[in-house]
Amino acid sequence: MLQMNNEEIRKAADFFTQEIAKLAGNRSVRLMEVCGTHTVAIFKAGIRQLLPENVELVSGPGCPVCVTPNNYLDTAIAYSRKSDVMIATFGDMLKVPGSSSTLAAEKAQGADIRIVYSSLEGLELAKRYPNKKVIFLAVGFETTAPTAAAAVLMAEVEKITNFYLLSSHKLVPPALRALLSSGDSKVDGFLLPGHVSAMIGLAPYEFLSKEYNTPAVVAGFEPLDILQSVYMLLRQLDCGVAKVENQYRRIVPKEGNPAACEVLSTVYQAADAQWRGIGHLKKSGLAMQEKYQKFDALLNIPVAVEETKEAKGCQCGNVLRGLVLPAACPLFGKTCKPEHPIGSCMVSIEGTCAAWYKYGAGRWQV
Amino acid sequence: MCLAVPGKVLERQDMLATIEVGGVTRKVSLMLLPEAQVGDFVLIHAGFAVQRIDEEEAEKTLALFKELEEYAANE
Repeated sequence: MLQMNNEEIRKAADFFTQEIAKLAGNRSVRLMEVCGTHTVAIFKAGIRQLLPENVELVSGPGCPVCVTPNNYLDTAIAYSRKSDVMIATFGDMLKVPGSSSTLAAEKAQGADIRIVYSSLEGLELAKRYPNKKVIFLAVGFETTAPTAAAAVLMAEVEKITNFYLLSSHKLVPPALRALLSSGDSKVDGFLLPGHVSAMIGLAPYEFLSKEYNTPAVVAGFEPLDILQSVYMLLRQLDCGVAKVENQYRRIVPKEGNPAACEVLSTVYQAADAQWRGIGHLKKSGLAMQEKYQKFDALLNIPVAVEETKEAKGCQCGNVLRGLVLPAACPLFGKTCKPEHPIGSCMVSIEGTCAAWYKYGAGRWQV
Repeated sequence: MCLAVPGKVLERQDMLATIEVGGVTRKVSLMLLPEAQVGDFVLIHAGFAVQRIDEEEAEKTLALFKELEEYAANE
């Protein structure tokens, strides 16, 4: 959106990095980028290297694939083995390891698994294959959850009876609350996810400043957006104030997207949820409202799921909470690599470990 | 997965829009953004338009760089 030439961009980057260094002074500052897309953007643009050493960026639990628990994958894999089931999924779920298999391995052995780019494509598959039970793997945060909810509403209107969701949606604000209330994350400020915020607006984050005195800035995804957001966080810290600011105003209105929120609350209600590596968080996920439970795969299609096992030594949980950097994991870069991921953070392109592996060459030791 | 891309609404029929994204056109649902009009720039995520891109606010973002201009002028 910002029509700037390379010289203007360079000057802007210089300005922000100098101001950030001035504002930081000698204090150690730890900021968390919550969103996986931010993590990738930060690595691609080399933003960590532009910041002074005492301003640290750590990645948070904002990669939907990364926080999806093993048990969910095991359930999806069990469904994929049923002859009357077709799985419709976003492509980045294929390589995520369950306890003993992946959807990609099941697909190679003949399971009917289709990659889709939208929940509506899953719905189209249900129309095209009326003899199959089409299960859409509904994962993602508040950006994606309304799109799955919209597909359910369309299925209801069109009286489609062979379309189901296997839902593992997550909500960002409860995860941030859990991080802060645990007391061990030591986060001085948050870069809030731009596209989640485009849906929910600013109000759901107010508790960060009011209850935890922690500054937060809704950030866009261009390198300058991120630098400016870090600058805005430093300015708050320097002034000793904590509020929710909006750097990404060209996309994120204060009130979010009311239509999307309404679709979401029509189909779903907040429910406790399991996060990979983090555990059980109250009201941090979504369960279907009673009226729409006929679209819930778990409630309508019986399946036997293997006992869930976690990968030994995997540090994804601590990485997702910003407690350790990927290189501190004993598996990172050794047995766990993008081509053979062990932990979910190495699978998704938005995963912290994958970003470290891809862009951090030469700056980490294994 | 939460990645979203901007596009321009070329035409709309009920809750379905034809949107141009980087020179190619695609069909996108307007269920989550029923107010989108032909000519609007919108943010698209997973087959749905999810937010209007407010050009006026984009201008305001540019204005946030006022301090930057001063910085550049003093350089």
